[in-house]
Amino acid sequence: MIELQHLNKSFDGRQVLFDLSAKFEKGKCSFVIGASGSGKSVLMKTMVGLVEPDSGSLSFDGRDFLKLGYQEKKEVRQEIGMLFQGAALFDSLSVEENVAFPLRMFTNWTKEQILERVNFCLKRVKLENVNALYPSNISGGMKKRVGIARAIALNPKYLFCDEPNSGLDPVTSRVIDELITEITQEYQITTIINSHDIKSVFDMSDHILFIYQGKGWWSGHKEDIRKTGSKELLDFIKASEF
Amino acid sequence: MKYLSQFGHYILFLKKSIGKPEKFNIFWELFVRDLYKMGNDSFGIVSIISIFIGAVAVIQIGYQLVGSLVPMYVLGRIVRDSNILEFSPTITALVMAGKIGGNIASEIGTMKVSEQIDALEIMGVNASRYVVLPKLVASLIAIPALVIYSMFLSNLGGIISVSLSGIVTVDGYLTGLRMDFDGFSITYALTKAVTFAFLITTISASHGYRTEGGALEVGWASTRAVVQSCIAIIFFDFILTQIMLYK
Ligand SMILES: Nc1ncnc2c1ncn2[C@@H]1O[C@H](COP(=O)(O)OP(=O)(O)OP(=O)(O)O)[C@@H](O)[C@H]1O
Ligand SMILES: [Mg+2]
Repeated sequence: MIELQHLNKSFDGRQVLFDLSAKFEKGKCSFVIGASGSGKSVLMKTMVGLVEPDSGSLSFDGRDFLKLGYQEKKEVRQEIGMLFQGAALFDSLSVEENVAFPLRMFTNWTKEQILERVNFCLKRVKLENVNALYPSNISGGMKKRVGIARAIALNPKYLFCDEPNSGLDPVTSRVIDELITEITQEYQITTIINSHDIKSVFDMSDHILFIYQGKGWWSGHKEDIRKTGSKELLDFIKASEF
Repeated sequence: MKYLSQFGHYILFLKKSIGKPEKFNIFWELFVRDLYKMGNDSFGIVSIISIFIGAVAVIQIGYQLVGSLVPMYVLGRIVRDSNILEFSPTITALVMAGKIGGNIASEIGTMKVSEQIDALEIMGVNASRYVVLPKLVASLIAIPALVIYSMFLSNLGGIISVSLSGIVTVDGYLTGLRMDFDGFSITYALTKAVTFAFLITTISASHGYRTEGGALEVGWASTRAVVQSCIAIIFFDFILTQIMLYK
């Protein structure tokens, strides 16, 4: 479980996150939704440790991340997998080397053990016989899948996905969504997804956090969303459905 | 003020980037790849430039010696020392700033804007050390090696130029070339080469690492990296010459 309490963050005097608190549970897909510029990416970057909040706390299963030392932070980071908006594969490495990267960096496994794990992860995202290709030679949907394979290589406890569907056609989007849901349940990962795609929110979310202008405006289950009295949330849903 | 803050960033960046590599075998692979790339990319251009610099030096210095009281065979000695002391290290470094420096800034800049650097950080890798260290160590070997190679070629260019233009006889020129050779000139040139290699790599890498935005900004970062590396080279050329040749 990941727990945020009273997070504040401003850039050059402009506040982006306002007193934001939330809980994200294990084995569930939690969605963070909100208009462009509402602060979703900043929130995610704060959770993975790329952005330091001005105040507040952030805990991973009881470990207060912001108070940890360098080495302990590094340990938590190895339990985090992240799927980036543009996949962020290393261009100079092949598909196989990309997935093997975290394994080579953080384990003392033999070449055979690494290759076995790499092939397992690639198979898990339904990619086979692409090991030797380079990121510049595969499609956007395949890049996302390699990105997922790399993110799960070290068996993460926490998985972050920033707009996993952006730039993909509806069919491929579905495939990626299903993969993320399956993996989350199978390995009991705490998964957090930033999304614009209302359809995937209704399909796969176990929990929703709606951010409005940097504030945690509403959170709850998808069934309750239409019962909300929040005009901002209803407007957002309505606008997204067209 | 802007330059002061840039300098501050540069120093912090150096502090973060320089240290023991996290995984030696991964470092080694990147190092070998970068070393090969630097040598391979620069070999041709350094060859051409060095030969022509030596050739032009012979004609220019020869022209100034004609009619003076200095014996013409001294030409070989003057050209040799100019090549070793100044032309080979400095001009090679300036060319490398354009070639290697520009490459480094755009490679790291692209990694930054496509979130590859963030991906490394999230995994818990020291991203700046991971990308910079192999390039730095590779350049500290590649650039001095290219400078030595350039010293030979520029003097060869001189000999070719003498034999074609006949300013002096080739034998006379070779006598000059072998005259009063001081090994310290090589030490001095290599000190410059190592300093320039360090400047080019770290300045270019820090510009790449601070890129934000997209492809356009990567291009700007690369241009800034080349310009500032060149200025740093010229500046340190002056300082090192003062310190080492007039002690
Ligand atoms: N490094 C930064 N420096 C300054 N301002 C920033 C920085 N990162 C984000 N911001 C600002 O924070 C605000 C929220 O940005 P954020 O990227 O989190 O939006 P978002 O909700 O992810 O939008 P989108 O749906 O378009 O991705 C924006 O106004 C942005 O300009
Ligand atoms: Mg975003």
